[in-house]
Amino acid sequence: MSTTETVPSPEPAIGDPNAPVVSFQHVSIGFDGHSVLLDISFQARSGEMVIILGPAGGGKSILLKLANGLIPPDAGRVLLFGKDINKLTQEEMFEFRSHIGMVFQESALFDSLSVRDNVAYRLLEERDDPEDVNRRVTESLKFVELEHAIDKFPAELSGGMRRRVAIARAIITQPSLLLYDSPTGGLDPITSTTIIELVMKQRDVYESTALLVTHRLQDAFTLATHRFNMKTNQMERIENDGVDPNTTLMVLKEGHIAFTGSLVDLLRSKDPYIQEYLA
Amino acid sequence: MEIGEFLREKVMAVQEYSLLSWTAMTNIFRRPFYWVDLYTQADLIGVGSAPIVILTGFFTGGVLALNSASTLAQFGAKAVTGTLVSLSMIKELGPVLTGLMVSGRNASGMASELGSMQVTEQIDAMRALGVDPLKKLVTPRVLSTIIMLVFLTIISDALGTLGGGWISSTMGINLSQYFHSAYQALRYPDVLEGLVKPLLFGFIIATVGCYFGMSTRGGTQGVGRSTTQAVVVSSVLIIFSDFLISQLTIGLFGR
Repeated sequence: MSTTETVPSPEPAIGDPNAPVVSFQHVSIGFDGHSVLLDISFQARSGEMVIILGPAGGGKSILLKLANGLIPPDAGRVLLFGKDINKLTQEEMFEFRSHIGMVFQESALFDSLSVRDNVAYRLLEERDDPEDVNRRVTESLKFVELEHAIDKFPAELSGGMRRRVAIARAIITQPSLLLYDSPTGGLDPITSTTIIELVMKQRDVYESTALLVTHRLQDAFTLATHRFNMKTNQMERIENDGVDPNTTLMVLKEGHIAFTGSLVDLLRSKDPYIQEYLA
Repeated sequence: MEIGEFLREKVMAVQEYSLLSWTAMTNIFRRPFYWVDLYTQADLIGVGSAPIVILTGFFTGGVLALNSASTLAQFGAKAVTGTLVSLSMIKELGPVLTGLMVSGRNASGMASELGSMQVTEQIDAMRALGVDPLKKLVTPRVLSTIIMLVFLTIISDALGTLGGGWISSTMGINLSQYFHSAYQALRYPDVLEGLVKPLLFGFIIATVGCYFGMSTRGGTQGVGRSTTQAVVVSSVLIIFSDFLISQLTIGLFGR
């Protein structure tokens, strides 16, 4: 992390400003007769980051897709900004999604579009002023330190670079909610740290609400025990072995929530599953 | 797999296909409309398919003339070769062959393109970015295929008739007589039938191609499967609906 950039103002909040940004109420979903998530209830208030941990195939990605309204729950309610997304029309849902940024597991960049067009996708769809689009694309790419790759195509980028472009695409409108689906999945440790540092920067600089799915405990520990320093433009450990008060950890076990709380609570948990998970 | 489960899957597939087709058509009247995508697809489908349609039409007309002239000669009716070629081309072979050619080229293209986007989560990403994939990807493809298939069929009809003329002239038939009999044979219902068919065929090609693309599951193998299914299903539907339209026009106009 070496460059600095101007901070675009976050977009105005939608819905009820006092309501939690995301709220799951007794949500269940299954596929082909198999339950994937069972009676999931949690919420994320404004500025909070909820890190969802659990083994692969435990329904973590499904949970993010539910939060974005990409799939409807079989039972229960998902509330975004205080509104039940099941009661929104398709048109309203597409409008709602403009306030949510999502980073997909495999980046899901549009492979026939350049990095610029990928990052600018949402702005181009909204037919924004071309000069403004260019400025915001540059800003967003500067944030992920990839401004030199603006004219490249996704196939020309490494896995880590693709993930960074996906982050730039998700944050370009400074959405009220960010959803990260395994942002470090399949990356080497050094690149993973770079990605986690970007996620932390987004959390601490823009104070955005986020749900982050990962199966790497190390990511959760780093996010909970570090903060981003704007002056040095680097992440640093919180003094006195402290933890970030806005970061909550949630562990999924066979479709249920096995744990919710801070890192300190997680480490103190006597639950045999949690102890085994941490071991 | 149980029979009940198999049937349920098929009924669900028909329901999903019908919903996709209905939404794709009604999206024409909903904003935003993606004009740029419509032009791009029209270019890809229309201009891109023109060479194969021209070649197929020309040689089909030629083969028709070759076969019919030699058979008609046995009855001393070689002079009506033009009638046979133009009626066959304009009512049946022009629309059907163009439909099958475009199906092989574009239904497969649509299924593989959208299928690849589906398995790499690009369709989900599009929805997550606030863009309706049915509006952005499906509606422009359906509309441009319908429009372009009409023009491609007209080109195929014209080239088929020309190809028939070329072969007829080599078989000692007077060209003026050929074109005169080709023109005289046609009635408005024939032309109408020949122009209604590509409207339906275009709709079938694009909706089937997009449906199999959008419902792709199972990685690259799934993309291959969707592509094959799209071509097979759209080709069979084209031939089946051709039969139905021909029946209907005979019932309505008596020819």
